[in-house]
Amino acid sequence: MEIVTSVVCPFCGCLCDDLEVVVKEGKIVNVRKGCAYSLTKFLNYTEDRLTEPMVMKEGKHVNVRIDEAVKRAAQILVEAVYPMLYGWSSTSSEAQRVGIELAEEVGGVIDNTSTVCHGPTVEAFQEMGHVSCTLGQVKNRADLIIYWASNPLQSHLRHMSRYTIGAAGRWRKCRDDRTLVVVDVRKTYTAKVADYFVQVEPNADYELMAALRMAIKQEEIEQETVAGVPVEHIEELANLMIGCEFGILFYGLGLTMSSGKNRNLDAAISLVRDLNSRTKFVMMPMRGHFNVCGANKTSLWQTGYPFAVDFSHGYPRYNPGVTSAVDLLHRNESDAALIISSDPLTNFPKGAAASLIEDPMIVIDPHKTVTTDMADVFIPSTFVGIECKGTAYRMDGVPLKMRKVIEPPDGCLSDEGILRMILEEVRRLKGGK
Amino acid sequence: MKVILVTGRSLKQGMGLELGKFSDTYYRSGVACEMNPEDMKELGLGSGGFVKVMSDHGEVVLRAVEASEEVPHGMIFIPYGPWVNLVVRSETQGTGMPSYKGIEVEVETVGESDIPNVEELVKLFGR
Repeated sequence: MEIVTSVVCPFCGCLCDDLEVVVKEGKIVNVRKGCAYSLTKFLNYTEDRLTEPMVMKEGKHVNVRIDEAVKRAAQILVEAVYPMLYGWSSTSSEAQRVGIELAEEVGGVIDNTSTVCHGPTVEAFQEMGHVSCTLGQVKNRADLIIYWASNPLQSHLRHMSRYTIGAAGRWRKCRDDRTLVVVDVRKTYTAKVADYFVQVEPNADYELMAALRMAIKQEEIEQETVAGVPVEHIEELANLMIGCEFGILFYGLGLTMSSGKNRNLDAAISLVRDLNSRTKFVMMPMRGHFNVCGANKTSLWQTGYPFAVDFSHGYPRYNPGVTSAVDLLHRNESDAALIISSDPLTNFPKGAAASLIEDPMIVIDPHKTVTTDMADVFIPSTFVGIECKGTAYRMDGVPLKMRKVIEPPDGCLSDEGILRMILEEVRRLKGGK
Repeated sequence: MKVILVTGRSLKQGMGLELGKFSDTYYRSGVACEMNPEDMKELGLGSGGFVKVMSDHGEVVLRAVEASEEVPHGMIFIPYGPWVNLVVRSETQGTGMPSYKGIEVEVETVGESDIPNVEELVKLFGR
């Protein structure tokens, strides 16, 4: 039996880096310190595993050699006028970098899953900038924790114990040293353990933040309630925010997926900016997929833009709402797709999903998904953080090295390796024209 | 009954992702329409009763359950998944982001229905 220590969890944006994975006779048999998600991932990653490349022939998947699958994939991308390369948040930043090179080579759009999670966040950050910090600083310094439209007890299971109310930091040593505020449309499990719960009406976060900004500036709010919240509660929350020594606003998809979207984030950035004239305040999005933050970072340092990057003019352009995946599909603009480490057929609205399968589709993934079932070309890959190494970015933008814990099945290559093969074949085909 | 639909992550749905999109856990989390008990009573729904959720963009039949986390009167919560995506529109109002939360929908009680599994569901998309 071998115990692999300091393993980084490849589930959510917390990237907990203290796991101990127990390996016996070449198989993972236990995970120590992990959350329910971590345990489920490490103990079940072989479920629905696919290990043979396949191409669709006469409506059925047929096993082929990897070089044949790579040739067919490259042919689809070269023949397409406007291919879309989508996914990228559950793979390494090394693979993301090759993906961007491939998108440029084929003149397509490369978009990552942040387009349907924190896209409005990164869009607002691009426009306005934001003040943030590392999770270590939160652990050591933050005395006011706000989870707005975020429910970490369902989504980021160790976030509170590692970094906020359950964490023993250098200057904030116990629960009594911190105040927890939850703002949500529902009284969630996280709300139940909060010191203050503010129940906001659906689609009204912008209004509540605007009212908070007024209260912070000591302006009179000429209403009894705003967004369903009594004004005296808004003023109490404003005083709490002003009175803290180090406050942090963690927020989730309740801000990005409801009315206002990126404008909600404009309001949140403005709120935090206002607070910094009175005290120290920072903000951080609760990132979902383990390397969705890396997908944004890699795209940023490679192209200047964090997602929805269009290379059809030969240079990077960015216009969410036009060059973003769901919009391309909604308008039936793309004519082929490469999907990597993602299952958009179960994640996209029906109209976009239906549009995706109208055109040729290449899928790279370690296991069977609804999207792999519909692939014209399927190439099996290895799990980053379990079967191969790679870089991932934690939700606070800190890059961590994912560890290889176990050998992959024979013949399965990393996402990066597969993409390099496709890129090489695309260049060979284009050179032969 | 007109209600506001909020979709989101639940523990079971998240574990279902890792157990596989074809797993029973993923199916059971995705077809659960979590409701306020008073709203269920008003619609004559018991736990596990069949409910049709309708938006301007589609409809889906799900199983009503009392919400594990409190939802207020006039709101339903459905975990992320291809079932609820049948009522989410693809138009993003120029933002790139579909509205997965805060959607105006109508719910009504229906008789016992077959709720497609994920493979059957995707066949409805075409090809």
